[in-house]
Amino acid sequence: MAEPLISLKGVTKRYGEGTAAFQALKGVDLDIMAGDFVAVMGPSGSGKSTTMNILGCLDVPTTGSFLFKGVHVEGLDRDQRSLLRRRYLGFVFQGFNLLARTTALENVELPLIYRGEARKKRHDMAMAALDKVGLVDWSHHTPSELSGGQQQRVAIARAIVAHPDVLLADEPTGNLDSQRSIEIMELLTGLNQTSGITVLMVTHEADMAKFARTIIHFKDGLVERTETGHRPGLELA
Amino acid sequence: MLWTTMTLALREIRRHVLRSVLTVLGIVIGVAAVVTMVTLGHATSRSVQSQISGLGSNLLTILPGQGIGRGGGGVQPPPFKIEDVDAIRGQIGGATAVAPEVQATATAIRNAANWSVSINGTTDDYLAGQQWSLVSGRTFTPAEEQAGKSVCIVGNTIKTNLYPDDDPVGTTLRIGNVSCEVIGLLKLRGQSGLGGDQDNTVIMPYKTVQRRFTGNRNVQFIMVAVDPRYESAPIQNSIGRLLRERRNITASKADDFSILDTKQISDALGSATTQLTAVVTAVAAISLLVGGIGIMNIMLVSVTERTREIGIRLAIGAVAGEVLLQFLVEAVALAALGGLIGLVLAFIACFGLAIPLKLPFMWEPQINLIAFGISALIGVVFGYFPARRAASLNPIDALRHE
Ligand SMILES: Nc1ncnc2c1ncn2[C@@H]1O[C@H](COP(=O)(O)OP(=O)(O)OP(=O)(O)O)[C@@H](O)[C@H]1O
Ligand SMILES: [Mg+2]
Repeated sequence: MAEPLISLKGVTKRYGEGTAAFQALKGVDLDIMAGDFVAVMGPSGSGKSTTMNILGCLDVPTTGSFLFKGVHVEGLDRDQRSLLRRRYLGFVFQGFNLLARTTALENVELPLIYRGEARKKRHDMAMAALDKVGLVDWSHHTPSELSGGQQQRVAIARAIVAHPDVLLADEPTGNLDSQRSIEIMELLTGLNQTSGITVLMVTHEADMAKFARTIIHFKDGLVERTETGHRPGLELA
Repeated sequence: MLWTTMTLALREIRRHVLRSVLTVLGIVIGVAAVVTMVTLGHATSRSVQSQISGLGSNLLTILPGQGIGRGGGGVQPPPFKIEDVDAIRGQIGGATAVAPEVQATATAIRNAANWSVSINGTTDDYLAGQQWSLVSGRTFTPAEEQAGKSVCIVGNTIKTNLYPDDDPVGTTLRIGNVSCEVIGLLKLRGQSGLGGDQDNTVIMPYKTVQRRFTGNRNVQFIMVAVDPRYESAPIQNSIGRLLRERRNITASKADDFSILDTKQISDALGSATTQLTAVVTAVAAISLLVGGIGIMNIMLVSVTERTREIGIRLAIGAVAGEVLLQFLVEAVALAALGGLIGLVLAFIACFGLAIPLKLPFMWEPQINLIAFGISALIGVVFGYFPARRAASLNPIDALRHE
């Protein structure tokens, strides 16, 4: 069996200090293979977002090891983690987190600016990403001029514009109605299948989790169980 | 990278017009207020100083009575006579010049124009003591002084008003009922802080004024120029003793004359302007502080508002240093822009206020530099340090920031 792309071993996360301290993760072990489409489920407060933030290098574990492509992420400093995000990771948030008063195109170009791409290449790559999410005609609109579903698609375009290895999405459909949600899920499935991007997604809804190949269930800061092969048609890319 | 960061920063400035304008405004007001106030303050003290130096230095003026503007009901103290002047000249050491001043006013008439002038009857010593030189012509001869000839030396204001196109020297000027030969033209003194326009004076031998204008032998004032190598106080004391004796004042009685020292007056005015400058500087420092707090506020508010932006930039892979560089460039650009506008406004204000306030126009590079530097520093410090705090957060904490 191939080496997993991502591997957590005994990861704990404690928020706060002293009596106010809260143990959000109590020793999470999980492996994610390259090309998988993973849904993370579980009750509120079970540590799903905490885990996603650690996997996305937006936060660090209190103890335990986090291997990404064989590199110990817990040993990296802030800037090295930034560079890791820049090169390999794309993040989609429940609340979209687009820059206000900034056009869809400029939002999508942002990761490319930090990668030092030339203006022309930036524009072409951003337009290609917007094309993938079906928003080419909306490239000059600012977030306030876009619907929630459109904003989330811009956020996905921004997350994939630099061809990341992994796309992390924390409740990407949490703010959307079911029709919009299904469109987003189809988009993610397509990216997973055609571009070979590993997708990690947190969701509360079983309907959304059905799109995934692997489902990881969280409970009380621990992985409760893992289901694989939910959709027979969905092969490991 | 630097270039990209600069375009990013400039784009952010353009995108947040209101925020940028408010920041710039704080700096504009701070710089403009400080530079204008300090410059006008300096202009005021310079103008006061030039008026003081116009008084001449180390001159004593002796006048009958105690102090200026007092007196009223009581017995009028006796006026001085020319013998008093001669006594002082003869018996007091350390005086370079002693001169009587017999004063009158009259209307000078030339062709169809007439002009009201003040007349000062005195001797050549007066001009020497005042260090007042002539532009053209000559001073009185001893013979003219002795005989009380109708000759006069005119001030610049008279030349301006009655001789706009020609030289007064050598002409005959009618002053009151007297036809008077103009023998000299005085150098321009400029306005004086005390006693109006010194240049609107006609100087004549004192005997002429006594005989033709005042009609008595009184001398209003005695001017004594003190040799700068001597202390003024002991000379004033000896003059006081001499005059008490001459005026038969018994030991129990107070002086019925006073001695004014221009040096004392100018010292007093000088320390007043020093105080004025200090006050202006203090007010300026306060307004700079207030301006600084304004800048600080807007910067702090905007950084709180921008913590999420910093979180987004970090989350998509920006390194903290890149985010900080962007904020630094933004802060520097805004501070520099605000500072420059402030300096231009201050220049315009100083220029525009100089004339109505009757002050000299000044532009002092020093205060411009200081104000610009401090405001820019405040802008940069308060734009940069809160951003540094935000950039040091975990990206996820910055994103969660409300
Ligand atoms: N920054 C924080 N400081 C303190 N406690 C936190 C913080 N973030 C999360 N927690 C706590 O850690 C626990 C796990 O939080 P987490 O956000 O991972 O849950 P979740 O599974 O994503 O829940 P939900 O489905 O509601 O999003 C929760 O009890 C939460 O209160
Ligand atoms: Mg969550």
